[in-house]
Amino acid sequence: MNVIVNGEHVEIPKNVATVSNLLQHFELDQKVVIVEWNATILEKADHQETRVSDGDRIEIVHFVGGG
Amino acid sequence: MSERYSRQELFTGIGLEGQRKIGSKHVLVIGAGALGTGSAEALVRAGVGKLTIVDRDYVEWSNLQRQQLYAESDALDRLPKAVAAKNRLSAINSDVDIMAHVMDVSVEELEQLVDDVDVVIDATDNFDVRMIINDVAQKQKVPWIYGACVGSYGVTFTILPGETPCLACLLETVPMGGMTCDTVGIISPAVQMVVSYQVTEALKILVEDYDALRKKLVSFDLWKNEHVAINVDKIKKESCLSCGKDRTYPNLDRKNQTKTAVLCGRDTVQIRPSKLMERDLEQLATVLAAQGGKVDRNPYLVSFITDDHRLVIFKDGRVLIHGTKDISEAKTLYYRYLG
Ligand SMILES: [Zn+2]
Repeated sequence: MNVIVNGEHVEIPKNVATVSNLLQHFELDQKVVIVEWNATILEKADHQETRVSDGDRIEIVHFVGGG
Repeated sequence: MSERYSRQELFTGIGLEGQRKIGSKHVLVIGAGALGTGSAEALVRAGVGKLTIVDRDYVEWSNLQRQQLYAESDALDRLPKAVAAKNRLSAINSDVDIMAHVMDVSVEELEQLVDDVDVVIDATDNFDVRMIINDVAQKQKVPWIYGACVGSYGVTFTILPGETPCLACLLETVPMGGMTCDTVGIISPAVQMVVSYQVTEALKILVEDYDALRKKLVSFDLWKNEHVAINVDKIKKESCLSCGKDRTYPNLDRKNQTKTAVLCGRDTVQIRPSKLMERDLEQLATVLAAQGGKVDRNPYLVSFITDDHRLVIFKDGRVLIHGTKDISEAKTLYYRYLG
């Protein structure tokens, strides 16, 4: 499946079915993130249910602490 | 003198009137590490009326790669960052009223510092203090600009009380200490990029051009060539305890405050006495020297080296214990030598 993550086309494995899976795939599941899915901002509680499909446009920002 | 800000006055976003406003405003920079030194230098050069900078640490060699206000002599002298920053900032622009405080910012300190401040720049390195900034800013209705970076990645967001979501709305849960530590290093362009965003947003606030504010959560990775900007308006929560309608400012609750903190990626524990005090450093140096170990002193702190650890004791009573991440070990050393 091909999706656009942070402006880049990326090929992701079939077992990535939801936004939660996608965050695991990018090793961001332990981070605090904000996800925009096809121009809709997601509540954190929606990551589990939101399904990822071919051509989806996903933006991910994760929070860091250093300064 | 009139030449000094001519290029900035020519810039349409600012102009003569904007420059006058900048010169009458007060900015608080919390932290004098990489982000703090960058923001402070830019704002002082831009001619801000008053700048307050606070930091709890002192200059070390590993800071010089990216903390732009410091020189080798500051690391050699182990000058507190706030003091070294003020020295350099005053040399850059003597017209700016520069206040520097060597202190660990917690609720009480921040509530006083924020008084009469027009914008707060977050240049801290941990979420404990950011959550305190968040609630104080909401309570006193002061805009603040979150900024952070690690590796080649940076993230920033401008928080306007009453308009944008607050940091608690965005995070929901506060990231754990370990996750945010800079164990993967940092390159200075990532710092400078966050500084550019923060200072530009601050200038817009200082000239009162609120329409020009970015209003989006932004992140970038300079090495991976990524840039993301997300509109987070919808994330603002009515139920938020920091900015919602039944707010309680949970981060200002004294129960939630820590007296000890493991410093990010530094193999260091800070211990804050329950009551701040003024230590007599000269007397302390004599007492410590009598216990063996190497003692060094400057007007702001005493450094005491034992077999495996180094203790740095500040005038306000705080102690940094280097060479451990273990809070109970740090406490043992604290009470052994300073109890
Ligand atoms: Zn909020």
